[in-house]
Amino acid sequence: MSETAAASAEMHQSSTGLPSRKLLMWAFIGSECMLFGSLIITYLVYRGRSIVGPYPEDLLNIPFITVTTFVLLMSSLTMVLALAAVQRNDMRQGKLWLLMTALLGLVFLAGQVYEFTHFVHEGLGLTTNLFGASFFLLTGTHGAHVFVGVIWLLTLFVLAVSGKLTSENAETVEITGLYWHFVDVVWIVLFTIIYLLV
Amino acid sequence: MSVSEASHDTAGTAAVHEGTYSGGLWSWVTTVDHKRIGIMYAVFAFFFFLVGGLEALLIRIQLGSPESTLIDPDLYNQLFTMHGTTMVFLAVMPLSAAFFNFMVPLQIGARDVAFPRLNAFSLWVFVFGALFLNSSFLFGGAPDAGWFGYANLTSTQYSPGVRIDFWVLGLQILGVSSIAAALNFIVTIINLRAPGMSLMRMPLFTWMTFVTSFLLILAFPAITVGLVLLMFDRTFGTSFFNPAAGGDVLLWQHLFWIFGHPEVYILLLPGLGIVSEVIPTFSRKPLFGYPFVVYSGILIAFLGFGVWAHHMFAVGLGPIGNTVFSATTMLIAIPTGVKIFNWIATMWGGSLRFKMPLYFAVGFIAMFIIGGLSGVMHSSAAADLQQTDSYFVVAHIHYVLFGGVIFALFSGIYYWFPKITGKMLSEGIGKAHFWLMIISFNLTFFPQHYLGMHGMPRRTFTYQEGLGFEAMNLMSTIGSLVLGFSILIFLWNVFHSLRKGESAGPDPWGGATLEWAIDSPPPHYNFRVEPVVHSRDPLWAEGGLDVDVNDPTAPEPHMPSPSLWPCILAFGLVLAAIGAVAKALLIVLLGAGVVVAAIYGWAFQPLER
Amino acid sequence: MRHPWRRLKSALPILAIVVLAGLLSGCGGPFPQSGLRPASDFARSLDELFRGIFFWAVIVFVLVEGALLVAVFRFRDRQGKRAAEHVHGNTILEISWTIAPAIILVLIAVPTIRTIWEVDRPTTDPDALLIEAVGRQWWWEFRYPELGIVTANEIHVPVGRTVDIRLTSADVIHSFWFPRAGGKRDVIPGHENQLWFKMDSVGVFPGQCAEFCGMSHALMKMEMVSESVEDFEAWVAQQQRPALGTGDTAPPAQPQEVAEGEEVPEPQADPLDAGLRAVLEAGNQAFLGSGCIACHRIAGTVAAGVLGPDLTHIGSRRTIAAGILENTPEEMARWLRDPGAVKPGALMPTLNLDEDTIRTLVAYLESLK
Repeated sequence: MSETAAASAEMHQSSTGLPSRKLLMWAFIGSECMLFGSLIITYLVYRGRSIVGPYPEDLLNIPFITVTTFVLLMSSLTMVLALAAVQRNDMRQGKLWLLMTALLGLVFLAGQVYEFTHFVHEGLGLTTNLFGASFFLLTGTHGAHVFVGVIWLLTLFVLAVSGKLTSENAETVEITGLYWHFVDVVWIVLFTIIYLLV
Repeated sequence: MSVSEASHDTAGTAAVHEGTYSGGLWSWVTTVDHKRIGIMYAVFAFFFFLVGGLEALLIRIQLGSPESTLIDPDLYNQLFTMHGTTMVFLAVMPLSAAFFNFMVPLQIGARDVAFPRLNAFSLWVFVFGALFLNSSFLFGGAPDAGWFGYANLTSTQYSPGVRIDFWVLGLQILGVSSIAAALNFIVTIINLRAPGMSLMRMPLFTWMTFVTSFLLILAFPAITVGLVLLMFDRTFGTSFFNPAAGGDVLLWQHLFWIFGHPEVYILLLPGLGIVSEVIPTFSRKPLFGYPFVVYSGILIAFLGFGVWAHHMFAVGLGPIGNTVFSATTMLIAIPTGVKIFNWIATMWGGSLRFKMPLYFAVGFIAMFIIGGLSGVMHSSAAADLQQTDSYFVVAHIHYVLFGGVIFALFSGIYYWFPKITGKMLSEGIGKAHFWLMIISFNLTFFPQHYLGMHGMPRRTFTYQEGLGFEAMNLMSTIGSLVLGFSILIFLWNVFHSLRKGESAGPDPWGGATLEWAIDSPPPHYNFRVEPVVHSRDPLWAEGGLDVDVNDPTAPEPHMPSPSLWPCILAFGLVLAAIGAVAKALLIVLLGAGVVVAAIYGWAFQPLER
Repeated sequence: MRHPWRRLKSALPILAIVVLAGLLSGCGGPFPQSGLRPASDFARSLDELFRGIFFWAVIVFVLVEGALLVAVFRFRDRQGKRAAEHVHGNTILEISWTIAPAIILVLIAVPTIRTIWEVDRPTTDPDALLIEAVGRQWWWEFRYPELGIVTANEIHVPVGRTVDIRLTSADVIHSFWFPRAGGKRDVIPGHENQLWFKMDSVGVFPGQCAEFCGMSHALMKMEMVSESVEDFEAWVAQQQRPALGTGDTAPPAQPQEVAEGEEVPEPQADPLDAGLRAVLEAGNQAFLGSGCIACHRIAGTVAAGVLGPDLTHIGSRRTIAAGILENTPEEMARWLRDPGAVKPGALMPTLNLDEDTIRTLVAYLESLK
């Protein structure tokens, strides 16, 4: 049995020494860069071209967004702590930090939801003008990515709670971390372009 | 090496390899084997090639005479839109994918791709997406705003109904398929190469697959975003492409062509890879200038991201924009030329055996030179002001896409058919196919250069008398009918050869690369023992391979188990798309639910059971 | 060495292809809409540029296809008798055949860039005639803002004088193309593009929309009448007048009621003959009664619609329906009967007019010269 396992489909795991799944995530992140890049181009092309308001300077609340940005940045820290814990098989800490990361992500999303509803109340909807359309699409796409990440983290948390996540799955947690950090970096770019360049 | 020697080998091992394609429908639906997936890609791709071809024939019949009333403009506009969309996304790309799937793992000495279930997912998303897109014919009409769908013709104001919604959603689905497959092949080629196979020892086809995969993952997101913007305009009433609200219709063109130009290299590079293998094999000489051929492929891909606005020379970019894009477009001719010269140099001093793969490879070079030269004519932004949007472009694109890509793909089909099926295609029928095809192809498309220069615009359902277009349109139509017939001859070759073709051994052509070291068709695990390579043309090395990759005493490798989840996930995606077209939120949510469930089902199913 | 006859036989299919291609060049003329028959400075610049590029393309074609054919015939070895040389590459050759095409490309790039900077910048001719062209599904509106003229589908230009055309669209993207006058320029909603040229010969030149714009894209044609300065000025003068039957061809004022004993003023003569006057009056009534004024303008009357072509001088145009029908009473009637049958998707509705009304309208419109 072990012979067949040895001669399994994977043969020698990798020509580079890097696990395939990690390479997959990196390649995927490359593609996602182009996706967000195209959305950012759209936002930038339409900056200052809305015919009617509300305009960015009327609505964007930098202090508020700074707080939510900080929250998301902290979630990257907790992600790193989660990975470190899982790698040394400290599943108690692992569970804690995985849950914290997911919760911080949820707080960020709550902040986005609050901001969006506030904007709508102030008269900026998806179809109001080009600012509304490009803003909601860009930040909404990012938010959707955060949401997927939160679900993913909660899934890992549940697995950990039921004892099915151990240091053998450290690679999975690492790949989750890669995705999460990417989403965070994208936010930093978005924060700069949308909020700081008003 | 003669074929009769090879067939002695297959007789004994044939029984073992019955297993490669055996099993009922269920085994094909749940397969994660790259070889079966490759065959399914090929079958569906060829089916859609025929569909796209039929659309083309109807177009040509309509244009065979001036002011013809055979086909009304509404149907015509659907036909030319679907012809382009079908040929690009449902025929050529999947046919290339068929070859990536079947051949790349074999060429790098692997047993499968890095992610077999992701591979199956790509296939099923393509199949369901293709069916979804074509179902539009039954539900209000097929998309009719061109394969390039320029805003704001595609807005709900100028394209009411669901035709464009089918187009937007169909392309998004197909994009998912392509990106998933490309990610898979990038990881496969980076990580699953046999020991000793450095990047600069990889076969050219694998190299071009690698480059194409990067193009796919980096170019598709641009059209993904464009399609999202369009969908938001159509569904939610945003104004991304509404000039009255400040939107700019040119944004669509930029996003589309930032995808669209790399897309044509996505279509072309695999064919260039095929020809780069066929020519050395049939010249009995290694590829001349291998590193230059590799680097020029990489350079073409890289530069391909910098030329997109040459599709927009009449848009009014201004002299700076036109100058820059003229220059970059001319630049890309250089690495393209380098490849052509290296192929000719490979043949030079070689010992050429004219079997069908070489016929098509030479035909490819001959036709591609013409297409490339008309491309250089287009690269001059000022001269292009006469050529763009006329039949001159139609001639150019068909010389590079049919004379180029399709001829190269046929070369690959004749080359690898024996490996895939274990049978040789008939040389006699093949010659009839080739000569009929190359002559009728030129009859169809060469006159179109003149039609364009003499003022016939493209995408027109008819033309008036008195402009001098009649004779050449008639010639083109006659050519197209014969061209269609030549495809039927090829199909006859396939069916005839599957039934009565000569048995192919492992290596009917005397090839240099790893796929020729194993049986035809390969056993389901490909290599019983992992090969080790020490050079670029391993089978041509002194003494051949030093490892017996078919050693029957080695333990039989255990392969990944079949799975239904990829098919279910693909189905969920298309279900959501159906809901979106029908504006039925419930169905969208149902589809999304299937997607989520399938993701979890897949994630928690072990690869090997 | 193979027998020469057998070599020729195998070369026959290739020769057939080459000869066929050559023969095709003469097929189907004359070509009234051809880009290879330049009739303006713009068209000549592009034609010269194209011929220069074509020259190099032919040279490259002959050399490379020639090398391919030589390789194919010289090294053909069916019997496998000759061993292939095991050559892997030659760096000097690689460098040479990278540099040689680069040089040819430079020879193409220089005139290209020169021509781009010549044609892609606004004209510097102070005497240029300004024309505005608006693309609409599926017809062309032409305005001469400095001359106060609005017309459709037929553009008149004076020979030997630069015309400076400003292009925009009222709906989707179209493309303005008169091949014999030069290259095309897209017509884009929300953008203004520019095109200029100076015709050097007199004549009527066909053109058509060159960007797919929907159902009847193929039927969106136009004509350019390039004429002598005198003829052009006569055309301008005519176009500047309001419609026949109004302005200085309006019916004379009605005689007033006179008090007893006062002189009866001389009745003024009608400048138009009675038959024509009747046609104009009946036609104008039918025009008003059929709803035409919702979309069409006839200067000097109450009809001031802007959605459709200006019809003030429709009678003097050579074609109607954007260049696809000859301007004859039969064709005009055909159009009025069912525009959608002539031009599928046409925004002009089918008005379900009876034949009498159609006859009246046709007579009216044909008189509006």
